[in-house]
Amino acid sequence: MCHVSIDATALEFDGVTKRYGDLVALDALSFDIRAGEVFGFVGSNGAGKTTAMRIALGVLMADSGEVRWGGRPVTFETRRRIGYMPEERGLYPKMRVGEQLVYLARLHGLSLAAAQEHTRTWTERLGVAARMADEVEKLSLGNQQRVQLASALVHDPAVLVLDEPFSGLDPVAVEVMSQVLRDKAASGVPVLFSSHQLDLVERICDRVGIIKTGRMIACGTVDDLRGVGPEQVVVDVPGADPAWAGGVPGTSVLSAEDGRVLLQLEEGVDDQRVLTAALRAGPVREFARHRPPLTELYKHAVSTTGDPTGSEAPQLAAAGRNS
Amino acid sequence: MSSRHDAPQVTLPTAAAVRLVAEREMRTRLRSKAYRITTVVLVVIVVALAVVMDIVNGRSTTAHVGFTEQAAALRPHVTAVATSLGQDVATTQVPDTRTGRQQLRSGKLDALVLAMQGNDLRVVVEKKLDPQLESTLTSAAGQVTLDQKITALGGDPASVAADVSQASVAVTAMEPAPHFNPQRLAVGSVAGILIYLALLGTGMSVAQGVVEEKASRVVELLLATIRPWQLMAGKVLGIGLVGLLQVAVVGVAGVLAGQLTGALSLSISATAGVVAWLVVWFILGFTLYSLVFAGLGALVSRQEDLGGATAPATMFLVVGYVVGISVLPSTPDQPIVAIMSLIPAFSPTLMPMRLAMGGVPLWQTLLSLALAVACVPLLVGVTGRLYRNGVVRTGARLRLREALKQR
Repeated sequence: MCHVSIDATALEFDGVTKRYGDLVALDALSFDIRAGEVFGFVGSNGAGKTTAMRIALGVLMADSGEVRWGGRPVTFETRRRIGYMPEERGLYPKMRVGEQLVYLARLHGLSLAAAQEHTRTWTERLGVAARMADEVEKLSLGNQQRVQLASALVHDPAVLVLDEPFSGLDPVAVEVMSQVLRDKAASGVPVLFSSHQLDLVERICDRVGIIKTGRMIACGTVDDLRGVGPEQVVVDVPGADPAWAGGVPGTSVLSAEDGRVLLQLEEGVDDQRVLTAALRAGPVREFARHRPPLTELYKHAVSTTGDPTGSEAPQLAAAGRNS
Repeated sequence: MSSRHDAPQVTLPTAAAVRLVAEREMRTRLRSKAYRITTVVLVVIVVALAVVMDIVNGRSTTAHVGFTEQAAALRPHVTAVATSLGQDVATTQVPDTRTGRQQLRSGKLDALVLAMQGNDLRVVVEKKLDPQLESTLTSAAGQVTLDQKITALGGDPASVAADVSQASVAVTAMEPAPHFNPQRLAVGSVAGILIYLALLGTGMSVAQGVVEEKASRVVELLLATIRPWQLMAGKVLGIGLVGLLQVAVVGVAGVLAGQLTGALSLSISATAGVVAWLVVWFILGFTLYSLVFAGLGALVSRQEDLGGATAPATMFLVVGYVVGISVLPSTPDQPIVAIMSLIPAFSPTLMPMRLAMGGVPLWQTLLSLALAVACVPLLVGVTGRLYRNGVVRTGARLRLREALKQR
C-alpha cells in the first residue's frame, strides 16, 4: 500500500518486518517517500515509527523486507548520504559544538575543508554559530536540538530521516526547522520525519502516513485522507431548532451548537437534500463540506482499524495510489 | 534532480574511518584534565621514589671512617678488609682528635679510629657502632695483631698476606641460581605498579568511552556511518596511543631520575631494556585487555553499571598484579608465578616485572609473547561480537550469553 516506485531517487520501505520475540514491531511495512517530498510519519508511541527509521539507517536489521533508495537496497556507502536525527538525541556531551559537527561531517566522507564550511553554514542558519566553541552539554536543550539538526544536515544529505525533529523546540525554532525541511525537499531530497504535532504535520507535509502496530493504516495527502471517511457537512441556520436535521434520511447529527449543525452522510446520500431541508428551517448562512483537521482523521483512522488481523481500510490504499 | 544528488555512494576507507575515530579519542583525552593530572602525579611519584631510594641507599651503604695521626698506619688495613667484605667504606685522615669528634657529631664521620692499644683498636662513635662496620674493624684489628706477631716471629707479613689471599673456596653449583640484583628487584616492582595502573586506567577509559557513546546515544549516529568494528578499533587505537605516551613519559622520567640522583647504579642499557619491555608489554597487554573492556562495556548503558560489567577483566588484572608485587620481590624465580606469567591473562602484569628483575629464560620470554599475540585474533572475534550486539541495545544490562549469540 502507498507504494509506488516511480521516482528514481525515492526512499522505499518494501515489506519491512521486525519482531522482538513475540512482539511484532513492524508488520510488512511498505511505503515510499518521493524525491522532493516532505513525508509526515505519525502514529502513537510504540507504533513502529522509530523502528522503521532505525532500520533505514542500518542501526537495526530487518527480519525481512528491505529499504531501497533509488531502486537499490540501502548499503553502507549510500547510507552516508542520509541525514539522520535519532529519536533519542545523540551527541558527545563534552565535545565542542563545532568540532562535533566537523567530526560527524567527516565520518560521512566530507573533506576537512568541506566539513568546516558546512559546519559554519548550518550553525549560522540554525542560530547556534555563537556557541561553536562551547561544549554541547553547556547548551540549553533547545539549542542542543538545533545542533542535533545541524548534525543531520552538515554532510549535505541526499535523504533526510528525522525522528521527532520538532519536539522540544520553541516557536521560532519550529519555523526555522519547517523552512529547512521545505528547502531541502525543494532541492529534490526525500524528507521523512515523524511527529506527534499533527497541526504541524498537516501544514508542512506533502503526504502523511499513519502507522499503527507496525502497519501503515493510512497514507496519502491530507486531502486524500479526508476523502476516505464518510462525508460530513456543516450547515449554519441561525436561530433554527437543530431538530430540522433529524428529518433527513440517511444522515446523522454529530454535533449541534447555536443552529450550527455537523451532519454525517451515509454513502449515496445527496447533500442537496440536506440543503433543501435546512432552507425549510430558516435562512442558511453557511453550507459546506466539513474538512476535518488531521487530528480528527488520525483519531478516526486509529480507532476504526483496530483489529490487527483483518482488512486494513483498502480505500486508503487507493487514496495513496491516486495522489 | 540537482547534480549533487547523483552520486549516491560515499566511500570512506576503513583506514580513514579508524583514523578519524582514533584522532577524536586522542584529542579528547590529551585535552582532559584527568589525563594530564594522572601523568603529572605518576611522574612525581617515580621521581620521588628515586630520590627516596637514593637517600636510603646513601645512609646505609657508605660508612665514613676517620683516622687520627697515630692510627694512620691502620688505614690501609681497614680499606683492604672493607674491600674484601664488599663494604663501602670511605676513609679520611683527621688533623686531631678534637676535629674528629666534631665531625662525628656533625654526621660527617660514622666512626673515628684513634689508635691500636695492645690488641684493642680504640674507636669513638657518636652513639653506637654500625654492626657491619664493627665486624670490618674487628677483622682489621685482627690483621694488625697478626702482622705484628708475624713480624715478632721473624716472618714477612706481606708474603703471608699474599698467600692467605690466594686461598679461596672453589664452588660448583649443581643448579646455578640466577643472581638477583636488589636494585633490579626494586625497578621491577616499580615497573609492575606502573603497568598495572596504566592497563587498568586505559582499560577503564575504553569501557567508559563505549558506555559514554551508548548513554548519550551518539553511537546511533556513528553506526549509521561506520561499522561497529571500525568504531571499536579506532577507540582502542586512540586510547591506547595516549596511554602508551603516558607509560613512556613516566618510564623515561623514572629512569632519568634514577640515573641523575644516583639511586640506580644499573647500566643505561639495562634500564633502557626495562622501559623497552614495559612498552612492549603495555602494547600487548593493552590490546588484550582493552578488547575485553570494550566488549564488556558494550553490555551496559549506564556508567554506574560499568564496574560490575568489567569486574571479570579487572579481576585478572588485579590478581596478576597482586601476585607479582607480593611474591616476586622476595622470590623472583618462584615457579608458580613463572607459570602464571606465561598465561596471557596474567602475562601483561607479571612478565614485565620478571623481565625487569632479570633471570627470565629466553624460552619463557618468547613463549609468553607468542601466547599473548596468538590471543589477539581470538579476542577480536569474541569481543567484536559482544560489542556489535551490545552497542545499540540500550536499557537493561545485557547478559553475556545473549550478547555472544551470533546474529
